[in-house]
This record gives sequence, structure tokens and C-alpha cells, in this order.
Amino acid sequence: MAYKIVASQCTACGACEFECPNGAVNLKRDVYVIDPKTCTECEGHFGTPQCAAVCPVPNTCVPA
Amino acid sequence: MLAAEPKSCGISVRHGKASCGAHGGQGDLPPAIWDKVKTHPCYSVEAHHHYARMHVAVAPACNMQCNYCNRKYDCANESRPGVTSEKLTPEQAAKKVLAVASRIPQMTVLGIAGPGDPLANPDKTFRTFELVAKAAPDIKLCLSTNGLALPDHVDAIARLNIEHVTITINMLDPEIGAQIYPWIFYNHKRYSGVEAAKILTSRQLSGLEMLSARGILCKVNSVMIPGINERHLVEVNKAVKSRGAFLHNIMPLIAAPEHGTMFGLKGRRVPRTSELKALQDACEGEMNMMRHCRQCRADAVGLLGEDRSAEFTKEKIVTMTVNYDSEARKANQAGIEAERRARIMPRQEDVGEHAGGTSDIKVLIAVATKGAGLVNEHFGHAKEFQVYEVSQSGAKFVDHRRVGHYCQGGHGAPDDLAAIIRSINDCHAVFVARIGGRPRGELHKAGIEPVDQYAHEFIETSAIAWFSSYLKKVKSGEIQHVDRGDGAIRQDPMMSVA
Ligand code: SF4
Ligand code: SF4
Ligand code: SF4
Repeated sequence: MAYKIVASQCTACGACEFECPNGAVNLKRDVYVIDPKTCTECEGHFGTPQCAAVCPVPNTCVPA
Repeated sequence: MLAAEPKSCGISVRHGKASCGAHGGQGDLPPAIWDKVKTHPCYSVEAHHHYARMHVAVAPACNMQCNYCNRKYDCANESRPGVTSEKLTPEQAAKKVLAVASRIPQMTVLGIAGPGDPLANPDKTFRTFELVAKAAPDIKLCLSTNGLALPDHVDAIARLNIEHVTITINMLDPEIGAQIYPWIFYNHKRYSGVEAAKILTSRQLSGLEMLSARGILCKVNSVMIPGINERHLVEVNKAVKSRGAFLHNIMPLIAAPEHGTMFGLKGRRVPRTSELKALQDACEGEMNMMRHCRQCRADAVGLLGEDRSAEFTKEKIVTMTVNYDSEARKANQAGIEAERRARIMPRQEDVGEHAGGTSDIKVLIAVATKGAGLVNEHFGHAKEFQVYEVSQSGAKFVDHRRVGHYCQGGHGAPDDLAAIIRSINDCHAVFVARIGGRPRGELHKAGIEPVDQYAHEFIETSAIAWFSSYLKKVKSGEIQHVDRGDGAIRQDPMMSVA
């Protein structure tokens, strides 16, 4: 149970990093990646995965 | 409350109100407000001839989507789409501000406008302001936002002494909003359509009210989108005025297919210069209108209309030594103030006297200027022309037109000349410090009179003098007054011109 970022589409805006309740999104060498061990798909925090809801590029934050 | 102030002259250099502009633009503004705007190039049209601003791009994230925006580039609320700013950390940004401040002493204002929404990146935005406030307390701070997150940050804005806030408000009617904003991210949820627009409007207006109540000057930006909100913006104007906005800035939509924005791809028409001016004129009875916004990119540096950001790239800043000398800056700015006081504005009497009799003729004049309110630029070196409207009630700055360089090492490309002429096609004359033979001939052919007799003189007095003699010639039958067509708004991104 985790989300991932499709790196080829990501604009590196960082919006998802700010919204993630678990601090699972991190900048690694200029690309954003989600740590699958920390990501909970926002369960217990919010109704929808926050990274997917805030990401401006469609289909970029998706289930891994 | 600001809303209670009479329409004053912080922005329009108009001579119906005798003192406006004449004494440096204070007009009938209360001293406390004048103090805040007198060195701010965006809030005072008169100051924009003398003082410079800079933006730092520390805010990449955004909390909504606009149809005139393509996320690959900067936010189009202020910046033109198609250009990307170099993103900086708050520490890099603060160093850049000090580097610029020590090299460009007339830089008085730091703005954070993007490339996304500053309040969708509150930590980076406020950290940058804190660092700058500590190191360079004389620099005024300002911030531009879409307003969605604004009510949550009003206290922080007040605490950090941010004096100016710009909110982009394009509509009040949610049906119109649904055509501009596909979605917003609010309260941990994504909203779309009419629902999104309703939330956005209520957040924007309450943010505006909260700021006005704290005495923070607010400017409202609106993007004029033909076929969607152009008539509606008159209502927006009334609503923001009644909530205390100090200034309203209606900017033209910029949309070319190559920008990749939804409006660009769908081929939405951009406004004509005459439509934009008519809308600004219609709103001006209500409140101050800003007409000198250059829709600067999120890392612009310099006087409005110039961009020296290429001198201050991330790489260059790292190696720069910063020697912040506030005394030297003060001395330089005192010099500018002396220059401003020396600026002579025409008196109302002059206009009537010269012209003899009344006339309702109005003409536009394009002016090549490097600043200081003077006709002091060579036609071929101008990166933009300032446009003044002249009539018997005076000379007033109404617009600016960005142009490509015509003169490239002495021999200009013929295409550029045609494009420049198109961009000032609605003007009767163009004032320049100097002009070459070929452009002079082409301008005559296009029906625009090139005028170099006012080189290095003040713009307004020159415009009145020229207009008086124009009227005399019309009266004597020597020439016939004809209306001119439309100008063209340049669509390609502003490139740095260092
Ligand atoms: S799904 Fe939720 S927890 Fe997982 S990365 Fe996205 S925001 Fe973080
Ligand atoms: S919000 Fe989307 S585009 Fe922005 S950094 Fe995250 S994944 Fe990339
Ligand atoms: S974008 Fe407009 S408001 Fe912002 S600095 Fe440029 S001129 Fe001023």
C-alpha cells in the first residue's frame, strides 16, 4: 500500500511534499520520490491521497 | 479604511487634480499611505520611473490550476507564460537580494510572486522575508497570491511587516470561475467547477477584507479574458474597491498555442489594446487603475520594463561578495528624490492656453524612455514604449508596449521594425531622443510622426507642447485629425536583456 511518482511527468513543484501527512515525499537528486515504507496512502489522515489531489499533472501520483 | 479615500493620484498622473504628480505624485494621499507607496514602482506610476523591484522565485508549488497557466512555466497571474524562473532556496534568495541591493541602490522592493503561489509554499516564502528583513530592513516586502490560502496567513503577513499584497481576482460569478479554474485544492480536497469557484471567491474576498482591516495595502490583479470575464470585471472592480483594495490592475490575457496553456491551445483570443484601455477607463471612475504592470517574471530584477536577472543567476550569486551598505543606498535614494522633485509637470493652464479654444481630440503618444520621466531613449534601443494619452485635460500615462530590439549593432532587421510599428500603431506620434533615417521614413509611411525635438526633456511637458501645436495645425486646416487603429500586444516571453 503505497503511492509513487511518475518521474518523467513530475515538474518538481514540491506541492506533494508539503501536503504529505507522513513526510513520505522527499527530494532525491532533483527528483521527488515517495518512500513506500512511510507512505500509508493517507489512511487515517485524509479521505484521499493528498499527493494525488494536489499534484497539477494528471496521473503523476499513482498507486505503486 | 482605504476604501473611504477619494480616488487619489497615487497612480494616475492626471492634471485635473492639480497637485498630482506635480510634487512627486503624493496628490491627496494621506501621508501614511504615501510613505508606503512613494518608492514602490508598482503602486505609484510616478515612482516606477525611478525605483526598481526584484522578484525571487522561491515558491514553486501551487494549490490550484488556471486555464491560462502551464505548470512547466511560471504562474501567469503576473508572469508571462513561457518563461521559467530559476528556483532558489530561501538562503540563496536572501543572498541574491543583498547582492542586487548593493549593486542597484534604487532597488527598493522585494516581491515573491511564484513561480507557483507564495502562500502554497508558506515556509519558504516567510523564511525568505525573515532573512531579508533582518539583513536589509529598508527593503519593502510584497507578495502576490491567488488568495486561496490568504486568510490563513494574514497574521504572518502582518507580523513580518509585509506592506503590500497583490491578489489575483478574475471573477465573482462562479459560472465564470468554472471557465477559468478547472480545480482547486482546499482543505485537503480537490474541488472543481462552480463549487471550486465559490470557495475561491469567498477566500479571496475575506482575505482582502482582513488585510484592509490591518492597513496592509492591497492591489488586485485581474486577467482580462475576452469572451469570459471582460464585462464582469467592472463588477469585480466595484467589489474589490468596496472591500478596501487600493489599486486595480487589469492585465491582458497572454495566450499563444506554443505556451501550452489551456487558453492558448484552445485558441482563445487575446484583448486588443483598445479593448483593454476601454475597460481600464470604465473602471477608473471607481478607483485607481494600474496601467504600468509589466507582468514581470518571478525572478525579474530592475526597473519595470527592464530585466537584469541574467546578471544575477544562481551561479553568479554564489561567487559574488555582498557588501550591504545602507548608508550608500540612502544617499543614492536621496539623489533620486531630488531628481523627482526637479521633475516639472505641466500646469492645467498651459494646456488650454497653448491650444486656444476647446477640443475633445485625444491622441496617444508613444515615448522611448529609460526612466526618470524623460524622453531619453534612442528609438532603436527601446525595449518598450510608454504610451501617454494627451487631451486638453492633460497628459496621462496609460500603457506600455514591449518591443524587440530594433537596433542590433547599427543594422536592424526589417521585420522587427514592422513589429514595433504594429505595437504602437494606435499612436499619433513617437517621442525619441534620436532616430535613424529608415525607421523615420517607415513611421511616416505608417502615419506615426517621429518626434526628436524633445530629446532629454520631461515627458508630460513635451507631450502637452506637441499636442498644442498639433491642435493648432488641425484648427488651421494644415492637417486633418484622423483616428488610429489598434496596437498589438506582444505575446512572446520577455527575455532578459542584460
Ligand atoms: S499517498 Fe499520502 S502518505 Fe502516501 S505519499 Fe501521498 S500524501 Fe504521502
Ligand atoms: S505535486 Fe506532482 S508535479 Fe509537484 S512535485 Fe509532487 S509529483 Fe511532482
Ligand atoms: S508583475 Fe506587475 S506588480 Fe509585479 S513587479 Fe511587475 S509590474 Fe509590479
